[in-house]
Amino acid sequence: MSQFVKFTIDGTECMAARGQYIVDAAKENGIYIPTLCNYPGVKPKGGCRICTVRVNGRLMTACTTPVAEGMTIESEVHDIVELRKSIVELLFVEGNHFCPGCEKSGNCELQALAYRFRIMVPRFPFQFPLRRIDASHPKIIKDQNRCILCKRCIRAIRDEEGRSVFAYRRRSSRVEVVVDPKLGKQLTDELAQKSMDVCPVGSILVKEKGFITPIGSRKYDHEAIGSDIEHIRMTKI
Amino acid sequence: MDILIDTQTELGYIAREATLQIAEDLGMSEVDVDQTISFYHFFSQKPTGRYKIYLNNSVVANMMGMKEVIQTFQKELGIRFNEVTSDGLAGLYETSCIGMNDQEPAAIINNRIFTRLTPFRVKEMVRDMKEGKDIDDMFVADYGDGQNRTDLIKSVVSNNIRKIGPILERNFKPGQAIEKIIKMDPEEIIEEIKKSNIRGRGGAGFPTGLKWEFCRNAPGEKKYIFCNADEGEPGTFKDRVILTERARLLFEGMVIAGYAVGATEGILYIRYEYKYLQQYLESILQTARETNYLGKNIQGRKGFDFDIRIQFGAGAYVCGEESALIESAEGKRGEPRDRPPFPVEKGYLDMPTVVNNVETLCAAVKVVLNGGEWYKSFGTIESTGTKLLSISGDCKFPGVYEVEWGFSVNDMLDMVGAVKEDVQAVQVGGPSGALISPDEFNRILGYEDLATGGSLIIFSNKRDILADVVLNFTEFFIEESCGSCSTCRIVPTLLRNKLTKILNARGVKQDIDDMHEWGKILRASRCGLGQTAANPILSSLKNFRHLYEEKIQKNKEFDSGFDLNAALKEASKATGRVSII
Repeated sequence: MSQFVKFTIDGTECMAARGQYIVDAAKENGIYIPTLCNYPGVKPKGGCRICTVRVNGRLMTACTTPVAEGMTIESEVHDIVELRKSIVELLFVEGNHFCPGCEKSGNCELQALAYRFRIMVPRFPFQFPLRRIDASHPKIIKDQNRCILCKRCIRAIRDEEGRSVFAYRRRSSRVEVVVDPKLGKQLTDELAQKSMDVCPVGSILVKEKGFITPIGSRKYDHEAIGSDIEHIRMTKI
Repeated sequence: MDILIDTQTELGYIAREATLQIAEDLGMSEVDVDQTISFYHFFSQKPTGRYKIYLNNSVVANMMGMKEVIQTFQKELGIRFNEVTSDGLAGLYETSCIGMNDQEPAAIINNRIFTRLTPFRVKEMVRDMKEGKDIDDMFVADYGDGQNRTDLIKSVVSNNIRKIGPILERNFKPGQAIEKIIKMDPEEIIEEIKKSNIRGRGGAGFPTGLKWEFCRNAPGEKKYIFCNADEGEPGTFKDRVILTERARLLFEGMVIAGYAVGATEGILYIRYEYKYLQQYLESILQTARETNYLGKNIQGRKGFDFDIRIQFGAGAYVCGEESALIESAEGKRGEPRDRPPFPVEKGYLDMPTVVNNVETLCAAVKVVLNGGEWYKSFGTIESTGTKLLSISGDCKFPGVYEVEWGFSVNDMLDMVGAVKEDVQAVQVGGPSGALISPDEFNRILGYEDLATGGSLIIFSNKRDILADVVLNFTEFFIEESCGSCSTCRIVPTLLRNKLTKILNARGVKQDIDDMHEWGKILRASRCGLGQTAANPILSSLKNFRHLYEEKIQKNKEFDSGFDLNAALKEASKATGRVSII
């Protein structure tokens, strides 16, 4: 068996190492497939569904499906783009996201995706849920208003003994990501910072530190998310 | 999972101290244990009372008078749902369908089932509780039929077997099939199963022979056979009847599957609602072990080792999805996995695993005994064999019927004694299936037309389809979502809100269109639950659109769904001022 496989994304011929996930394989071929719950080096979970593509006629998540020889992948087609846009909108209405006052504004992947999809206002009604803010830990704040339940922190953050610092609680629309009462107290500066960096939105914030990088010079302030992959620079507005 | 179930059973709830202890023993953090506990609704984290009463909110329970039963419990005990009486006597809880649709209203109290409840009966029961009676002394009706009467079950549940066929027939001789297969090659068995064309009976309909073959060919040090007895699809109860009356047949099916794929361990994953069958099922396994139909070198066949253990769930419909079931059996939250890899390659503990429905495994025994060709003589070309149907709702004879595939809905209605002129709709395949109208009653049950896991619910003209059925089903999906994938976690709630808006006479045409569009988003969900969560709405929009149209405001294009004057009414009254808007 050859080490490489050939496949197409929206008709473009691509090549990648066998067993690579579609999203990574696409990236190597200069094609951006939006992701949110995916994080480099962490086992993919297919939770947010934004990377949905159509593989040989079936909807699959690009972050969890390995490429195979001869695969036909559809990504930037109307219904799938609409679907991704809907999901971004759904995540916005599900929580309470106040971008202008958020420490993560400009570094937030959800906000960046909304810009990329040119969302002005979600088509779904805001749910305005009553959510708590857990500020009981010395190093971090866990703001449930902004949590999109992507599980990145759950999967990426462990203490030295391999125990989970973050976990889901309950199920259905009542599910939330909570911090372990004990491990949360023992969090090191390094792990606290890593938790904040892993979080795609502003749900995990390091305490007593803010706006070190001013608004205007943050990651997505001048470049659309994914443009590093596409090598396309957005015109400065 | 067993640690949690034992703690819950012994203490009535899992206290924080217990969680911390379990976490420490397992080298996990508290939240890691807590995420499993808080996932399942039969686990509680607060004291639940000496009598823990679960009342189910399934459509059929409501149709049969659950409302009055709930009210009586609440009045007699002086508590509402999720509350415990101040003296710690009883706690009242709500749950999804408990697999007793043919004998509703039913309740689970301290893992015992009470069926056909009436307000009068509830009063008696509460009196018994106040007197401190043992739960087993609270039954006043005679025990149910068949094995329900045995000392190991002693339950008032009825089997209601109304029609038997090749699977349910009475002449099954335990051991016969195992004696036959040990003289066969595993490949021969798989060939026979493939020849029979039998497909998974849980609802998804994957060819069983192929599943076994994939698992047999998958590399792995150890392989597992799971029997999926989590039947949680509202309206289904046929597996409960098989477990009560043909458990040995089922276990032999697991042994055969084990022999065919090269597995040494079988796990019966069974829903917590059926905990009352535990002792009985254990005893059957024990008998099989004592007679060497389970264990080492089964029936003298060297190297053929296979044993079965029982794993209880703890209340989660999504665990009927095979990969969620595996996660749950591993002691985690029942969240479906991403596929690929499929369980046949990487399943339980990452080993190749077959997950088959109760009925599928029973059918496999019959195929082995009588041959694939024989099996094909039943049913249609695309849907071979028979199907066990769980039929409930507005009909004279609810119960379990074994019929050949290819049976029409019309025939079914005649069979169960439904008054046809009075049938408004039939739900085929539970909430995730289709709601069909009389125009379609000539459609047939089978993979080529109406595929079903076997749940059929009949609704007469007096039922309010949107308020009683569609809303209930949608709420079921909201409650049972695992919450890990965004579409299934968010969209059903939005759809429910739209539906409520329409039911409150505030809907406009746009709301109907939105529901139709938004429902499609769910197709991108990870598992079958999410993908079908909009089916109650999409299916009723297709077949009963007029019901929606009757309820919307005709001359209005927009309605915010919010009545400002109504909201201000109380404030106006208090201040003595009148709103001018």
